[in-house]
Amino acid sequence: METYTLIVLTLAATIRVATPLLLAALAGMFSERSGVIDLGLEGKMLGAAFAAAAVSAVTGSAWLGLAAGVGTALLLGLLLGFACITHRGNQVVAAMAINIMVAGLGPTLALAWFNLGGQTPQLDGPGQRFAGLVWPWAQQAREAPVPGLLYAELLSGHNLIVYVALALVPLSAWVLYRTRFGLRLRAVGENPLAVDTAGISVNGLRYQAVLISGLLCGVAGTYLSTAASAGFVRDMTAGKGYLALAALIFGKWKPWPTLGACLLFAFTDALATRLQGVELPLVGVVPVQFILALPYALTVLLLAGFVGKAVAPKAIGVPYSKDK
Amino acid sequence: MRAVRLNPCPSVVEDLHSIYPALELRGIEKRFGAVHANRGVSMSVAAGSIHGLIGENGAGKSTLMNIVYGFHQPDAGEILVNGKRVTLPAPHAAIAAGIGMVHQHFMLVENFSVLENVVLGAEGGRRLAGGLAAARAALEKLGRDYGLEVPLDAVVSELPVGLQQRVEILKALYRGAEILILDEPTAVLTPQETTQFFQMLARLREQGKAVILVTHKLREIMSITDRVTVMRQGAVVGEIATKETTMRELAEKMVGRAVLLKVEKGPAQPGEVLLEAKNLVVRNTNNVTRVKDVSFSLRAGEIVGIAGVAGNGQSELLEALAGMTAPSEGEIRFRGRYLVREQLDPKARRRLGLAHVPEDRLRVGVVARFSAQLNAILGYHDRAAYNRGPLLDRAAIVAGCEAKMQEFDVRPPNPALRLGAFSGGNQQKLVLAREIDADPAVLLVGQPTRGVDIGAIEFIHRRLVALRDAGKAVLLVSVELDEILGLADRILVMNGGEIVGEVAGAAATEEKLGLMMAGVRGEGSA
Repeated sequence: METYTLIVLTLAATIRVATPLLLAALAGMFSERSGVIDLGLEGKMLGAAFAAAAVSAVTGSAWLGLAAGVGTALLLGLLLGFACITHRGNQVVAAMAINIMVAGLGPTLALAWFNLGGQTPQLDGPGQRFAGLVWPWAQQAREAPVPGLLYAELLSGHNLIVYVALALVPLSAWVLYRTRFGLRLRAVGENPLAVDTAGISVNGLRYQAVLISGLLCGVAGTYLSTAASAGFVRDMTAGKGYLALAALIFGKWKPWPTLGACLLFAFTDALATRLQGVELPLVGVVPVQFILALPYALTVLLLAGFVGKAVAPKAIGVPYSKDK
Repeated sequence: MRAVRLNPCPSVVEDLHSIYPALELRGIEKRFGAVHANRGVSMSVAAGSIHGLIGENGAGKSTLMNIVYGFHQPDAGEILVNGKRVTLPAPHAAIAAGIGMVHQHFMLVENFSVLENVVLGAEGGRRLAGGLAAARAALEKLGRDYGLEVPLDAVVSELPVGLQQRVEILKALYRGAEILILDEPTAVLTPQETTQFFQMLARLREQGKAVILVTHKLREIMSITDRVTVMRQGAVVGEIATKETTMRELAEKMVGRAVLLKVEKGPAQPGEVLLEAKNLVVRNTNNVTRVKDVSFSLRAGEIVGIAGVAGNGQSELLEALAGMTAPSEGEIRFRGRYLVREQLDPKARRRLGLAHVPEDRLRVGVVARFSAQLNAILGYHDRAAYNRGPLLDRAAIVAGCEAKMQEFDVRPPNPALRLGAFSGGNQQKLVLAREIDADPAVLLVGQPTRGVDIGAIEFIHRRLVALRDAGKAVLLVSVELDEILGLADRILVMNGGEIVGEVAGAAATEEKLGLMMAGVRGEGSA
């Protein structure tokens, strides 16, 4: 029974950890399917996390925080688009510039506005955070042993963003494979010349993709600072943007496999948290540093070819110009 | 959804045709920086006709057609469709005006199905399902009407190029194209496929379409077109009814002077075997076998041609011989050495006297950003002649380049000029000069005249024959059948990575080679 509870709690943690990863990975999917490398996931998320926490702290409304987070990520996405799509700049360099800028700008603004050493105030007022949604009879179900706990801990009790993120997976798959926009998006990442000669604007499509990415990154960042924790702290994304990118590659730029990859990464993370200080048979207590490195080590292993060849959209990273 | 016109009412079509040309261009001007790509170009294409557009590389044909397709905007001039002035700010405007274009490099999304490729940009609604079903029905009908059947659910990358081309044509017809531009459509086809292709074009003509055939192959112009427009240096230098002209006249108009269409050469006098390939097998990085058990020998004093449709293993064979890739099985003997077993790299092979003019000049033959003089020593830069102690001997390099430029008529004869600034023909002449200057026993040449204008082709061909007559051996890989037929003393034909037959140069005909290129086994496999 003890083990069972532990497993359910670990799985529930997995879902919570997976949420920002999944949102960012889906964001990256739209951008990269259009041919724009989305190394800026990290910066967009971080910017959104700061904006959401700051606005929520000032206004007392998590929803206004969400709007600010999404707005910020959209603006950063537009900036990236302006550099890489309109002016055909190098996508990696432009995205890294944004990441570095945001990493410095967030704490600086926080210091200037709140004077709390680069953090935003603790969000503890009513409505300042996205609280968990408790499903009907969750408390009662907890009493019923096996399926009850599953219902109460795994399905119920997460905040709205978690459910939205999960719902986005089938929605993204539908958009990508069943709609005109999806067909064009997939085409423009493979052969933009074919799209252009078919009479469709390559830049228009790529801007749409970059904006969708901004939207999702905004939600992901908001989740980090106003749902998963209670405020913005320096570097709170901690490489999640890059990890999401890894999950996207691992998931071969497809929605469902990407969900799988995000869950796997999140599971190692959740497991790592559980394993801290626990004595394992034969090995004894595993050092914390080693356990914390586990998700990243796994990433390297998986991407180093454990999963077969991941074929990127063919035109990814190449600024489009008619004259080659 | 845009109207898909399958059967325009014949009487209406004829009426329109009798009054106005389907497409008329008046005084089209286009500059790209310092390059004057189109100078006051006018031409007129009638509905129900096939109109040829010829000219050398850089004559401005592609620019002109890209303007008609809305890809580029003219600086001045008018475009009229069925007598009505149109402005074409982007391809979608051209498509709406009934203009379709099949580009030389196909504009297909390779991992999409045929159906998805055709509907891209004309999906007929936000959701795909309905549009795809409608397109399927329309395409099946188009396929039957024009003899353009293609498996609609096949993934494009898995189709042979001939079928990929059909997909491109279907794309245009599905969008209701009445004016169809085809840019070098036969470059990827076997002679037999070309014949079929021309039958399909004839059918389009019967249906009242206006077809513009852009090509540099004079033979095709003569055999299928009704009228032909010749361009040189951005301007139209003639528009003639095909019946009233000859290949020679067209060639002279294109080049601006008299040209030899056929290389003059005496019979070969083959000597000892210099290069011998035995049971070569080459696999690519995906472990797909590209060259299957190929054996042949090359003698001093002969040119051996390797014919085949592009992509049948010739490139891989050439790379293996030159040492760029290692064969997985087999051996190459060259002047008593075992090149595979000894693992000799291209540099070592060059030193032994095995020179290589690669197929893809810009990718592996030269560094376009380097000056001509540096390109003229690439691969030979460590030779004593170009070095003084640890330093490069600049004076010797410049002098060497000047000599090569003079001997091979490279224009402009300026060693300091960036190689990318030379025309394709002059780049190729310099590469050839570099390799021949090293006095090799065997010269491997891939597509020596790709992207090279007629004047330079003539020069390059003469040099290859001269090399042969000097007792060297030349292995010529080319997808241009005319080139193989004109130069080779013996012809090996490759299909699917194998040599399917060997023909003596004198006995070879286009038909015979064409059948073998399509995989029909010929006499006495080598």
